[in-house]
Amino acid sequence: MKEISLHILDLMQNSIRAGAKNIQLRVEEDTRADTFTVIIQDDGCGMSPEMTKAVSSPFVTTRTTRKVGLGIPLFKAGCEACEGSFSLESPEGKGTRVQGTYRQSHIDRPPLGNIADTVLLLITGNPQLRIHYSHRVDGQEYELDTAELLRILDGAPLDAPEITAFIKDFLSNNESELYGGK
Amino acid sequence: MKTLQELEAIRQKTIHELNLRKNREDGVRVVVGLATCGIAAGARPVMAAFVDEINKRHLDNVTVSQTGCIGLCRLEPIVEVYTPGQEKVTYCKVKPEQVARIVSEHIVNGNPVVEYTIGSYE
Repeated sequence: MKEISLHILDLMQNSIRAGAKNIQLRVEEDTRADTFTVIIQDDGCGMSPEMTKAVSSPFVTTRTTRKVGLGIPLFKAGCEACEGSFSLESPEGKGTRVQGTYRQSHIDRPPLGNIADTVLLLITGNPQLRIHYSHRVDGQEYELDTAELLRILDGAPLDAPEITAFIKDFLSNNESELYGGK
Repeated sequence: MKTLQELEAIRQKTIHELNLRKNREDGVRVVVGLATCGIAAGARPVMAAFVDEINKRHLDNVTVSQTGCIGLCRLEPIVEVYTPGQEKVTYCKVKPEQVARIVSEHIVNGNPVVEYTIGSYE
């Protein structure tokens, strides 16, 4: 994966497949502490303790179409290669929390990349999901919560063209402002 | 910072139109493979291009959704188009620049772009 936002898109597919209704995504960049952290928390089905332990291996997967599962192993390897850390908690029946941290200034840390597209596609592709995204860069932060969008929309569909266009603008504008604007 | 207040205005402007739209049950479904293999092969810009193109043309009865790995990782990004009453069409190794043609020729006009399909690739 060339971008951290692609890992995020991939890991959130796991949440969707686990039957999650609520997914929280946090991206936190802290220049002073030199950390770049991604946290994904969902209320899906979780995993058994054995599966939780085993799933970081590329040769473990729940899928039946092939024998390897690379989503979590690739993300974990990426974090660890950048002097970071990875943790996974997944109590069965309660949901899953994945956290990966990179050393922000590490030369091998991938860029976050097009996180706006990642979040937009997750929302428009899964309008029934509640997605709460927040992104913090040092002191600055913004968030997008689909529950809030639905409240404002009051019955209008999230994936209507006008609404999708708004969400796209909202995300890309706020992302670029976080980094000091274009 | 852009705020959600603007959304309220958009809703008020479009609510009438939004409510008039037909239900999407009988519409075309575009399904993009978005597992690790698809994403690594470039499925995200492909899906974004479909969403863009479909919005641009205001194709209200077309939905774009995502699926997992169907076991043909080497042919990703894979896109399946489901038209009611017709056989499913599967495109493979799709690039964002091919999307406009798939939308106009296949989804709008009903003629699958045979040269991009899995059948002519294999």
